[in-house]
Amino acid sequence: MVRDVAFGQYFPGNSLIHRLDPRGKILMFIAYIVIIFCTFNYASLGIVAAFTALFIILSRISPKFYLKSMKVILFIVLFTSVLNLFYGTGDPIWQWGIIKVTYDGINRAVFVTVRIVCLILASSCLTFTTSPTALTDAIERLMKPLKAIRFPVHEVAMMTSLALRFVPTLLEETDKIMAAQKARGADMEGGNPIQRVKALVPVLVPLFVSAFRRAYDIATAMECRCYRGGAGRTRMKSIHMSGRDAAAFVLLLLTLAGVIICNILIPSAV
Amino acid sequence: MSCVLELQNIGFTYGLGTPFEKRAVDGVSLKIEKGEFIGVIGHTGSGKSTLVQMLNGLIRPTDGRVLLDGRDIWEQPKKIRDVRFRVGMVFQYPEYQLFEETVYKDIAFGAVNKGLEGEALDKAVRDAAAFTGVKESHLEKSPFDLSGGEKRRVAIAGVIAMDPDVLVLDEPTAGLDPMGREILLSQIVNYHKQRGTTVLLVSHTMEDIARVADRILVMNHGCPEMFEATKKVFAQGEKLREMGLRVPQITTITETLRQRGVNVPDGVLTVDEAVDVLLPLLKKEGRTW
Amino acid sequence: MNFISIQDLYFSYADETDPQPHVNAVDGVSLTIDKGEFVAVIGHNGCGKSTLAKHLNAMLLPDSGKVIVDGDDTSDETKTWDIRERVGLVLQNPDNQLVAGIVEEDVAFGPENLGVEPGEIRRRVDEALKAVDMYEYREHAPHKLSGGQKQRVAIAGVLAIQPQCIVLDEPTAMLDPNGRDEVMNTLLKLNRERGITVVLITHYMDEAVKADRVVVMDSGRILTHGTPEEVFSQVELLKKHRLDVPQAAELAYRLRGCGVKLDKIPLEADECIKMLGEAMK
Repeated sequence: MVRDVAFGQYFPGNSLIHRLDPRGKILMFIAYIVIIFCTFNYASLGIVAAFTALFIILSRISPKFYLKSMKVILFIVLFTSVLNLFYGTGDPIWQWGIIKVTYDGINRAVFVTVRIVCLILASSCLTFTTSPTALTDAIERLMKPLKAIRFPVHEVAMMTSLALRFVPTLLEETDKIMAAQKARGADMEGGNPIQRVKALVPVLVPLFVSAFRRAYDIATAMECRCYRGGAGRTRMKSIHMSGRDAAAFVLLLLTLAGVIICNILIPSAV
Repeated sequence: MSCVLELQNIGFTYGLGTPFEKRAVDGVSLKIEKGEFIGVIGHTGSGKSTLVQMLNGLIRPTDGRVLLDGRDIWEQPKKIRDVRFRVGMVFQYPEYQLFEETVYKDIAFGAVNKGLEGEALDKAVRDAAAFTGVKESHLEKSPFDLSGGEKRRVAIAGVIAMDPDVLVLDEPTAGLDPMGREILLSQIVNYHKQRGTTVLLVSHTMEDIARVADRILVMNHGCPEMFEATKKVFAQGEKLREMGLRVPQITTITETLRQRGVNVPDGVLTVDEAVDVLLPLLKKEGRTW
Repeated sequence: MNFISIQDLYFSYADETDPQPHVNAVDGVSLTIDKGEFVAVIGHNGCGKSTLAKHLNAMLLPDSGKVIVDGDDTSDETKTWDIRERVGLVLQNPDNQLVAGIVEEDVAFGPENLGVEPGEIRRRVDEALKAVDMYEYREHAPHKLSGGQKQRVAIAGVLAIQPQCIVLDEPTAMLDPNGRDEVMNTLLKLNRERGITVVLITHYMDEAVKADRVVVMDSGRILTHGTPEEVFSQVELLKKHRLDVPQAAELAYRLRGCGVKLDKIPLEADECIKMLGEAMK
């Protein structure tokens, strides 16, 4: 079932990674995405993989959950790597009709796979160790300069955080509505594409109605708890940069430097 | 009497083959006779919801068989939809499943899926609406314009319109006020009497179960702990309390009196019965005016 | 001491353009609630009890009449937020009042809105969670909790604002019997140990009998009110309006109708057993 998925979940804890400033984590994650697409040979890929592994170990969350988070995207990973396997140029090692496998193809497949896997692991590491509130709080603070151009920073952050909170609730609700409609003989599996889209109506209509009802309730509950926008709000968990964050940044810079040096010294593999 | 549903050692494990395996229902075997009114009780997480969803094939048992009129419902998995028309299932808060433009269309949804049309369909819809007290004038309204209690009646009518042989209701009175509970319950009883449909009522409200059920199935940790006549089940107050369940207040009163040596029979379930048994005793004591 | 005073309150949801006949949701209610009282409000769906509840913290304002909370008129817009700090409102569906993905962050939401400084928020959150026995769950995700636990977190969320009064609008309607007990015990504890005024709106008579005072509403008006003993001994009146009566009370009432000498109407099983036991010894 959809809601059993570990991807995007938060695991409370007190590890080194948990205690990093969420703003720093977001910035590092963005930098990490850039770095991972700058890996052109196995040495630089290895450095990034090692960096990823270090963070995973330091997060003190069972690898079981990291594996589980990959299960969701397994199909995409397999699909893209297989596609890349056959799209290489150069001399074929193995050929069957128009399908051929080349060294180049294998290289591409390996690179794409490792990059995607690292990316998923890193994003899991971010969400596993950072609560949704901390995450949106950090986004709010990072986007603060945008307030100057009248961008509703606080509102966007609050909406994001509420949306994240209600994802599991709405997934659960979807399951319930689907079961109820199936019990009335709704056919969710069979039929042509048009029939399948039509079969969604009995699920989507109640889901939207319920989402609106919830939204109304939440708004009432928030007002009852003295919510009146972002002005004058404080935070229980104040966030501030510390030595830990500096160390993490240095580590990331070293990784970047390593990748650049490898790229200069070693010829690229793809 | 003949048996309409038979469960042969059925069980269900969530997440089979993963590290998150959880046994929800464990080896349940029982027979339900045609036309019975069965109460299903058990605390939250006792497996009763999973169990009832196996009766109409919404959940496929990981082991054992469910026989409907003697035939395994999973004999032809592709035809499992047919089973859902024969074992009607009303979920908790069914009003949240309404989606059609009119009340009439929503009640008809299941019956249309079953293949009814024309006059037969019209009759099924109107009969079902009558059973649950949906007003004729509401049939052409949008279901979203009705009050909460009215919506619920529409939703239940939608299942009744499929004319199932077995009707399963999961907490049909949850969240209703005392008058709404009372009315809905008597409508269900009335439907059961007139149509002779087998009814399974899942509820936490013991007073309701005590009033209507012939037999009670008590679920605990995924197993049927008791499956006996209502009187016999509620006479075992101590055992029920150990399972985190309670008995109707009136039964607690008469049972305690009986333990203290007052000569009342066991399994008194309603205030009417209690008055009948206590009044002669009080008269004998000269406690009346 | 008088904490909330409702004076001749009228309120209607109908808008001017609606041709439907004008029906008042609350139709002339006057009521006072004392500091430290535990008041239960019962009545059918649509009898106006939820509308009344929303007037107590200025979520709704009277069409006519007044609601005075601790000396402040709810219609005075400059006092709205002061009033909401003093009177917390807990709603029926626990899922829809929890706004954060972690229990303790949800409880912090109220004080954060008030601009309380971080250290103090932490202290209030921990204290509120301990008061409802949910401290061990502070780092859990709300959607993994049981209904009773969620509702207790919602109560903690209101407690962290440090109100003098908590109003609860059918907080147990969606819970199973164990969840209902958890919530009820929490409320009784908060009322007795911390002197918090509780206004509980409910359908369940077994909850209402535990209150200091019961108010019965019907069609927007107060039908009767008084101690649970006073209210539930009016079995006939309650039955006429199709309201529930505890079975113990009904039994005693019926026996009395058949000529049995009983000097009072018991509300709970124990009391009833004692009375009948003595009568038959």
